[in-house]
Amino acid sequence: MKIRRNSMWIILAGLFVILSPFSVSGASPPSVGGLLPDFELSVPRDYADRAYLDLSGRGTFRIPQIDTQVIIILIYSMYCPYCQAEAPSLNELYAKIEGNRTLKGKIKILGIATGNSDYETKIFKKKYSVPFPLFPDGDFTIHKLLGEVRTPYFIAVKINPDRSHRVIYSKLGRMEGIDSFLAMIVKMAGIK
Amino acid sequence: MKRKSTPILVSIFSIVLVCFLSGSACGLSDAYKGNIYDPGALKPTDSVLKVRAGDAAPDFTLKAVSGETVSLSSYRGKKNVVLSFVPAAWTPVCSDQWPGYNILKDLFDQHDAVMLGITVDNLPTLFSWTNQMGELWFPVLSDFWPHGAVADSFGVLRSDGVSERALFIIDKKGIIRYIDVQDINKRPSLEDLIRALEKLKP
Repeated sequence: MKIRRNSMWIILAGLFVILSPFSVSGASPPSVGGLLPDFELSVPRDYADRAYLDLSGRGTFRIPQIDTQVIIILIYSMYCPYCQAEAPSLNELYAKIEGNRTLKGKIKILGIATGNSDYETKIFKKKYSVPFPLFPDGDFTIHKLLGEVRTPYFIAVKINPDRSHRVIYSKLGRMEGIDSFLAMIVKMAGIK
Repeated sequence: MKRKSTPILVSIFSIVLVCFLSGSACGLSDAYKGNIYDPGALKPTDSVLKVRAGDAAPDFTLKAVSGETVSLSSYRGKKNVVLSFVPAAWTPVCSDQWPGYNILKDLFDQHDAVMLGITVDNLPTLFSWTNQMGELWFPVLSDFWPHGAVADSFGVLRSDGVSERALFIIDKKGIIRYIDVQDINKRPSLEDLIRALEKLKP
């Protein structure tokens, strides 16, 4: 009986070792050519944000459902000094896209505020007059799915007409230049 | 036999739950590169408060990273004060706390409040750490020697010599109006802090 009980504890220890790599925090950052992990965001309450993403109603949506060719996802936090410093550049990136007839509507930007509450997300949006939608990820759920990346982290996703998608850019750190970053995304996505 | 298998089943369930829910739950800025020491999950709190809301705040005088000397009593009659104790420099949650407060000066100004950041680290450590945060608008004070004396006077010095992650609001009369001793592993609620500031009389 004692041997049997010991065996059970050895099995439990083995189970722990086997399952650990599959924990939520064990995810890797999205890789280029791969898919985004499956997660949902709440449809923004703000009219301008909703209109920008061409969403309607309430509830949730998945990023590949957005009506655009490329979505640039910024993983950031209001508590991150680099993210704060990057905010004006991102606003400029947004303005360049929206001011370009070829790109407007084809490339959209959204931010996911890792570890930030709805309140904190709104503070950041107001502080930096961020013109694109920001989504709180207060309990780090999305952050864990994205491999607990440091911030800021950029992911660009190409969305096909059939709503299939693939990651075309996935990198830690600030943009090295707004024009060169945008040109690179346009080239990678094959936007003409 | 049925009874004996129950603890095993509970253990299996617990292991699966821990595996799937565990994680550092810490979004960390790239500003610190690979220089953050992660002590792992710590006991949420490890001290007993020595003050309560409504008490006069214990006065203190500490040196700031900027070189100035700051006394709590110097704000009496002039400013509300938010004390932000964080456990230690170069650790995960702390490194992503004060940079957030750094973009809130307008909100603090609206409520006639200043912030004082305090840790038990020495000044050279605080200097190099806070340099990664950009230019902070609030003083960062060293409670290094006598070690953690100020944290201890408020009852937020832990048994391992670091402080709790704690916020205190002290009004212009020197009275403690708000206390939040947070789970050391988590950032305090910003909304709760700002709501508490809003309750202070102008």
